[in-house]
Amino acid sequence: MPVNTENMIKVFGRPKSMTDVRSTYCPGCHHGILTRIIAQTIDELGIADRTVTIAPVGCAVFAYLWYKCDAVQASHGRASAVATGIKRANPKLIVLSYQGDGDFASIGTAESIHAANRGENITVIFVNNQVYGMTGGEMAPTTLIGQRTTTTPAGRDPGYFGYPIRFSELIATLDAPVYVTRQALYDTRRIMDAEKAIKKAFTYQVEGKGYSLVEVLSTCPTNWHMSPVDANRHVTEVVTKAFPLGDMVDRG
Amino acid sequence: MEERKLMRGNEVIAEAAIRAGCQCYFAYPITPQAELLEHMAKNMPRLGRTFVQAESELGAINMVYGAAAAGVRAMTSSSSPGISLKQEGISYIAGANLPAVIVNMMRGGPGLGDIAPAQGDYFQATKGGGHGDYHMIVLAPSTVPEAGELTMLAFDLADKYRTPVMILADGMLGQMMEPVALPDPIDPASLPKKEWALTGAKGRDPNIILSFDLDPEVLKRMNLELQRKYHDIEQNELRYEEYQTDDADIVIAAYGTVARIAKTVVRMARADGIKLGLFRPITLWPFPYDKLRTVADRVDTILTVEMSAGQMWEDVRLAVAERAHTPFYGEMGGVVTTPNKILSEVKKYAG
Ligand SMILES: Cc1ncc(C[n+]2csc(CCOP(=O)(O)OP(=O)(O)O)c2C)c(N)n1
Repeated sequence: MPVNTENMIKVFGRPKSMTDVRSTYCPGCHHGILTRIIAQTIDELGIADRTVTIAPVGCAVFAYLWYKCDAVQASHGRASAVATGIKRANPKLIVLSYQGDGDFASIGTAESIHAANRGENITVIFVNNQVYGMTGGEMAPTTLIGQRTTTTPAGRDPGYFGYPIRFSELIATLDAPVYVTRQALYDTRRIMDAEKAIKKAFTYQVEGKGYSLVEVLSTCPTNWHMSPVDANRHVTEVVTKAFPLGDMVDRG
Repeated sequence: MEERKLMRGNEVIAEAAIRAGCQCYFAYPITPQAELLEHMAKNMPRLGRTFVQAESELGAINMVYGAAAAGVRAMTSSSSPGISLKQEGISYIAGANLPAVIVNMMRGGPGLGDIAPAQGDYFQATKGGGHGDYHMIVLAPSTVPEAGELTMLAFDLADKYRTPVMILADGMLGQMMEPVALPDPIDPASLPKKEWALTGAKGRDPNIILSFDLDPEVLKRMNLELQRKYHDIEQNELRYEEYQTDDADIVIAAYGTVARIAKTVVRMARADGIKLGLFRPITLWPFPYDKLRTVADRVDTILTVEMSAGQMWEDVRLAVAERAHTPFYGEMGGVVTTPNKILSEVKKYAG
């Protein structure tokens, strides 16, 4: 039956700053939700015409495709240094460094810590999915104890491979960051919390307050070898035990 | 132009960068280019410009990548081991068509080497260094005033071709003091607008800066574009100096500090009745192959002298293509050659 749209009003749609390019993320992955939240925030703050996104190396390498904003793709791990360069060159720009856990907390450790420690006035969104998604599911610095990955086929043995690193907690020990928080997206309440956190992080940048870091726990159904529903449950019940949610620093 | 002032090579490069409108400078300390960093630390903030001491050379080159993407003139400097760390970043800068200036005050290597002057990074600078099919323009000053001129030129060439440009010198030139008159500063606001830069997508489509495409056909086209650019640079930007080559029987091929010493040797040899000349490439990439070949057609011997095991020597032999003898004399490890040592090498081939 044809639908009569004449008397309908649009109550929900794609954020204005979001493109209609087809997603490259796998079904059940949380990057998609996060992308939408960021676009919504950019809309709400009216900053699309001065935002620059930095796409990392990792599953988010195409992050420059999702927003109607200027963007640059950075080498693996160096996004926070690239963000530093952009922001210092033009402080009027709003700079988003979007990074995976391998990118931010392993290969980019030095750049990540020092951008935070200099209190660069940027927003970092750090997606913790406990694996290297892009390269086929190897161990990440955040891989849980006992978790099987392609490079920890017998499960992560901390005596051999070390422990999952709580990188945001590390950053939270520094004096400069204004906002450090860990969020998740496994249910509506968490999504609403994450929206608030991301809006706060960008708002602090707009106000010139300094460095903010929003870590977001994500599923990776493909490399966890779980259904999207099971992956979601895994974040709820297991991952949040190793990576507790909430604000660590809020000096805004 | 100002009055001539006695200045150190490292300071001249820093000051020339400032006068060329360099808005952002990022670096990590290393000998022998510390004075460059210090000059920038002192003067950039005073001018309302950016100086950041980076966490590492990786950090520094990626800050340059960001600042260049944002459309400002940006520079980093280092010495050999630090330049090795920058290679991935330089490859990205080349691949993303960004303008940037990188200074390498070469020291003895490999490994930690020492802190004395050397020329062992020629291959790295001119043959790639990082991954992929790219080149950067490499400028090799042999005097302190020339270091200033080439630094200003480096920024212009970087912008003109949207490419990384390296100033390749050594610790000796960095430390040496000479009288210099630097040109007046240019106003960064007077430079041509970079329409491609990340300035915020206001009233236009987003600008996107990338060095990648997962579709091999597209990446091939991006590579072909780069190669076309390199061809243009080879056509238009060759720089070299010929010194007393017209009637020469023997010509020394040397660059940078060694070329400067070799000039003295030319005068000494001629006093001894040996017709010696000097061919000095100023652009090491692009290398002046054709020019050197025409010199080779007129002389018996082209003696390459370097502070390395013979790196530019490969390009000299490519250029000469057996039209003349191409012996080599080199010092390594930070040992600086002397006029007398070079002269006795020359005498082996004279008469
Ligand atoms: C210098 C360098 N080393 C390694 C790689 C290969 N690589 C691409 S993506 C990736 C892992 C990214 O993992 P993460 O940051 O956790 O992001 P995810 O893919 O999970 O989104 C690696 C190792 C690279 N591109 N560059």
